[in-house]
Amino acid sequence: MTTTTQDWKFTAKDVALKPDLFLSGHRACAGCGPATVLRMIMKATRGPTIVTQATGCMEIVGSIYPYTSWGLPWLHTAFENAAANASGIEAAIKAMRKKGKIKQEHIDVIAIAGDGGTYDIGLQALSGAIERGHDFLFVLYDNEGYMNTGIQRSGGTPTGASTTTTPAGTAIPGKLEKKKPITEIIMAHELEYVATATPYYWKDMLTKVRKGLEVEGPAFLHIFAPCPRGWRTDPSKTMAYSKLSVETCVFPIWEATNGKRALSTPSKMYSLAPEKKKPVTDYLKDQGRFRHLFKPENKHIIDQIQQVTDERWQKLLKQCEQA
Amino acid sequence: MSSKQEKGWKELSIAAVSPKSSTGFLTGDWKTYMPVHDLEKCVSCLTCVMLCPEGAVRWRPDLGKIEFDFTFCKGCGICANECPTKSLTMKMPADQKEE
Repeated sequence: MTTTTQDWKFTAKDVALKPDLFLSGHRACAGCGPATVLRMIMKATRGPTIVTQATGCMEIVGSIYPYTSWGLPWLHTAFENAAANASGIEAAIKAMRKKGKIKQEHIDVIAIAGDGGTYDIGLQALSGAIERGHDFLFVLYDNEGYMNTGIQRSGGTPTGASTTTTPAGTAIPGKLEKKKPITEIIMAHELEYVATATPYYWKDMLTKVRKGLEVEGPAFLHIFAPCPRGWRTDPSKTMAYSKLSVETCVFPIWEATNGKRALSTPSKMYSLAPEKKKPVTDYLKDQGRFRHLFKPENKHIIDQIQQVTDERWQKLLKQCEQA
Repeated sequence: MSSKQEKGWKELSIAAVSPKSSTGFLTGDWKTYMPVHDLEKCVSCLTCVMLCPEGAVRWRPDLGKIEFDFTFCKGCGICANECPTKSLTMKMPADQKEE
């Protein structure tokens, strides 16, 4: 068995020297947030790993025939069954080990899906796989919409965002519904490890990936990944939004081990010093998908977003206290 | 239509396997601006290495500095935007020649 989280330190120079397993030459847009996420999480792997990926931006950009961007065994699967595929892989590894066909002591399985493949289409497969207790890590990279097919709304799209299926105009001011609290749904399955992360805090993200892999059983990781194309933002600001999402508490980062929640350091700062917390307008103002909200008639939606963000933040603080 | 060197469908592998690595697909010509590195300001914090979506910034311990791989850099500007010491600036390649 390889090193554990305690004795494996994620120092910048060690991580930088570890060869990429999601290779250069993939065809993601310039400034792609999910591409950084995939490249970095693969640096936290601890040995032989198999990746399975549901349809989505990151599946497409890394596998345009005859090229592949993956430096490890990788399987494509349909939109709805990344988790089902991961359970199959894990079961096959067990069966082949019994027959003596696999020599490796441990093989990690990672399932990767976007917000469409997790919030909406892949939810039942994910729920089933967690309930059956397969040993795999599910990584959700959340770019808040179906960006690959042309920016349609998903369950992960936040209130007020303009997408091609919820276009802001005279009839509606962008998406009317709230963002689905996916981690609450997953937490209700009572699994051992659930965490949220964001690529700007890469050290925190890598530690969480490693913890998720070390868990014997299912683990779930929700990673926030800004999409410059779909959010209508400047490609150079991708990581700035990743940071702002934490600073405004739109996307607080925390981890839950056996149901006990704890805020991670970057978010903990805003629970200790609430006056440093930024208003959501800082996060919304330069994003093209929220541009219409700054018209006087839509001011109430910004207030609503601020209110929902605060409510969810307070709820999270209580959950962390109780734990 | 197809050249004689190309394989027919019967000769291809059975499953849908991608035979080539994407490191053979150079995305460097996508960019308009390219990062210019000021070595004097750089403190080797490696933030750019960690946040680059392409893996186009590499840490070279033998040289003791970072190195850009412009055959893959798409010129997004994340490195220049996030650099804590502002040692990176985005410039048009033509501007760079004038200097």
